[in-house]
Amino acid sequence: MQIIDRRRNPQGKSLSNRQRFLRRAKRQITEAVRQASSERRIKDVADGERIVIPSDGLREPQFRHDPETGQQDGVVPGNKTFREGDRIPRPAKGGGRGAGRDGSPDGDGSDAFGFVLSREEFLDIFLEDLELPDLMKQTVGRSEHTTSERAGFAVNGSPTNINLLRTMRNSLSRRIALRRPSNDELEALRLEIAEAERTAPDSRRLDELRIRLGLLERRTREIPYLDPMDIRFNRYEAVPKPITQAVMFCLMDVSGSMSEAMKDLAKRFFMLLYLFIQRRYRHVEIVFIRHTHKAEEVDEDTFFYSRETGGTVVSTALVEMRRVVAERFPVADWNIYAAQASDGDNLTADGPEVAAMLARDILPITQYFAYVEVSGGVGELLKTDSNLWRTYAPFSTSHRNFAARRVADRGDIYPVFRELFTPESQHA
Amino acid sequence: MPSAAIPGQAEPVDGGLLFAEADWSYDALRRTYDAIEEIAIGELGLDVYPNQIEVITAEQMLDAYASIGMPMMYNHWSFGKHFALNEMLYRKGARGLAYEIVINSSPCISYIMEDNSMAMQALVTAHAAFGHNHFFKNNNLFRQWTDAEAILDYMQFAKSYIARCEERHGARAVERVLDAAHALMDHGVNRYQRKRRVSLKDAETRARARLRYEEETYNDVWQRTVPPDARRDRPETGEQPPRPRDLVPLPEENILYFLEKMAPKLEPWQREILRIVRQLAQYFYPQKQTKVMNEGCATYVHYRIMNRLHEKGMLSDGGMLEFLHSHSSVIFQPDFDDERYSGINPYALGFEMMCDIQRICERPTGEDRDWFPDIAGNGDAMGTLKDAWANYRDESFILQFLSPTVMRRFKLFRLCAGSGEPEYLVDAIHNERGYQKIRKALARRYDVALQDPNIQVTAADLEGDRTLVLRHEAIAGRLLDKGEAAAVLQHVANLWGYPVAMVEVDAAGGQTLRQHDKVVPRG
Repeated sequence: MQIIDRRRNPQGKSLSNRQRFLRRAKRQITEAVRQASSERRIKDVADGERIVIPSDGLREPQFRHDPETGQQDGVVPGNKTFREGDRIPRPAKGGGRGAGRDGSPDGDGSDAFGFVLSREEFLDIFLEDLELPDLMKQTVGRSEHTTSERAGFAVNGSPTNINLLRTMRNSLSRRIALRRPSNDELEALRLEIAEAERTAPDSRRLDELRIRLGLLERRTREIPYLDPMDIRFNRYEAVPKPITQAVMFCLMDVSGSMSEAMKDLAKRFFMLLYLFIQRRYRHVEIVFIRHTHKAEEVDEDTFFYSRETGGTVVSTALVEMRRVVAERFPVADWNIYAAQASDGDNLTADGPEVAAMLARDILPITQYFAYVEVSGGVGELLKTDSNLWRTYAPFSTSHRNFAARRVADRGDIYPVFRELFTPESQHA
Repeated sequence: MPSAAIPGQAEPVDGGLLFAEADWSYDALRRTYDAIEEIAIGELGLDVYPNQIEVITAEQMLDAYASIGMPMMYNHWSFGKHFALNEMLYRKGARGLAYEIVINSSPCISYIMEDNSMAMQALVTAHAAFGHNHFFKNNNLFRQWTDAEAILDYMQFAKSYIARCEERHGARAVERVLDAAHALMDHGVNRYQRKRRVSLKDAETRARARLRYEEETYNDVWQRTVPPDARRDRPETGEQPPRPRDLVPLPEENILYFLEKMAPKLEPWQREILRIVRQLAQYFYPQKQTKVMNEGCATYVHYRIMNRLHEKGMLSDGGMLEFLHSHSSVIFQPDFDDERYSGINPYALGFEMMCDIQRICERPTGEDRDWFPDIAGNGDAMGTLKDAWANYRDESFILQFLSPTVMRRFKLFRLCAGSGEPEYLVDAIHNERGYQKIRKALARRYDVALQDPNIQVTAADLEGDRTLVLRHEAIAGRLLDKGEAAAVLQHVANLWGYPVAMVEVDAAGGQTLRQHDKVVPRG
């Protein structure tokens, strides 16, 4: 008998099966994930959770009897009162062999199949084929951060970069090609001469050997062991280092006109954006700027949950953002994203100021600026365009890194989000 | 290597007790195994493959579940699906995991969970490493149909072969073949030993023997008086119309075998995959037919062994109570009107019948003497049981050994209903008039040949349009589930490469009950 401890064996033996399964059920899972995202809280969405998908396409069909047809015949335990010849009503569904049929655990016969997706898997599907516009810093050419990367071999370079393997390989092939005698060969010849000198000092053969030796020695001298032309150097190229950190500015109007529902919508949008950016960059910072008629940088809880009263002057938020960027996020080192949520109210007189700031200060330094206008319900969409919308509308066409969308309902968030980040090429 | 072979340290602790702590250790496992082996082999006279016990985690147990209990398995999405489902049920607490999984191989591998207590490990060792193991090694079906020595190597081969196919032909292509093969897995089994093809040498020897016989028994009178035609009692094989050697004769019930050999369009690697799935189906076929017996045997064995350990003072009262607790939940049989009811529990029925056979052998009643004259009171319970374990399968075992005592204990009754009838008729209950009927009906429930639809390939028009015809012989008017059948037929058509038709006929009368739509290959 042998006892073997298998507990240390590599885990996740069925990982590849799981991947196959996810791939197989991709369409259904994607649908379920989207469905889930519109119903659940964003925070929960990110945690892997139970997903129920329709089981078509995952069925494993078998030839089997239809329980509704034919003569039924079964033996059952636990008779208490029945006598021979009694008649008992058939249960409404199933083969009537007790409760065993319904809720059959292997998903057979049922239309839905539930299982748990991990957080990673969920996000993969959730944010699948979305692309951040202008992922790389456009200013990258001017960036001072570069790394050297190996880029093949060169015939010149600094001695520290000599690639020995390549060099010796070249040397060897050259020596073979030019038939440079090897040390062994010379040694053997010398031994033979010594031998001949001892045995037959005056023979013709000794002379021949000596001449031959002379030839070989000359050859050795003329064909160097290592020639400058053999030498190869590792070649490096300076590659601009991509900026792997991003900062995301969340701008939100918190004046009295923003209801809780609107804030909730805005929050969802910010969360999605955060998840998304986080997947693309190694390091993501978030800056929350709320504004009424004055703007300030706050922490997350204050941002979402504390109330403030006042008028609405959007330009203050942009000024604040500009200040924070100048202070903490050098444009050369950070990818800057901004998302603004508002109900569209703005002081009419502030409009030109906002437009000017956006064009002059904000858009040139941001990778992307997304504006989401939230409204209380579908009805409001029919209203005339809001102040801020009118201000922003021209930018949508004039700047590639600006986009504005309207959201009225929780269910809209994800589609709008997708619409914003689907690469151009995929728009049909 | 993760193996941790423990040097034999057979000294019991605490005055004969095998273990005192609840947690298991390698020493205790080893000691317990030795003590159990002594009882199982020495006292019960079991005959087992060498044992290999492997300790695994819950996740690995889930892995093993997903790959139908095999230690290695090729990759397929359906295993991922089952894993996802089991994992969810387990995480939610809706379902516990088995304490062990045992593989019919030599050495016989038993997986035991790391979070079992020591008493549980003892139970599991007795149950799997001796009970199931004995059954695997001795039951006729397993001996005839499975090769315990080769299965692990074969699975290794299958896994790497299919992985190579995926590399070469793409995962999608392999998946298509596997999907189709899995759908037909229940119909990839040889139910009867195939007739062995006579080798040329054997044929020659036989021909020579016949010739010699004719020479030895040569009788001139016969030669001259009996007309030549009547003398030819049997036509020689050579005179039969020649049939291509590799043509599978029809009808053929092993659909996978038929497709593997005959499907015109399959690539060699696709045939090999069909073959792998077919071999696997064949390997599991005996287990399907012996659920009650296999579990009954293992449960009976562990019950005997654990009691014996307790008698010998090697198992503490606490350990014994723990064992009894889990033993009795394993053999719990809810009544039909209980919401926990999900059919007859094979552990319960099997264990009850094994104990009952022991009782009949040792303390028979008059009734037993009437019903089982050949074994009642023979005093050799183990011998009788071992004979039954070796030579029966569920259906024949129940037909032979289900006694009135057991039927009364389970209060079995038989229900019948015609198709579409709103009521069941209680056809028989556990009384004098009902015993035979119940026994017969219950045995039929375990007859795989009756429970699996009987489907055969009856025609493959190879010269014409190559339509493949399947035929389902419906017993008692039980037709196939239409949607499922259509999906499987699609798979068959994809493998066959040409249209597939299916007809359902009444097994007794032969009249056509239903004709399925012809399915053409897709994709």
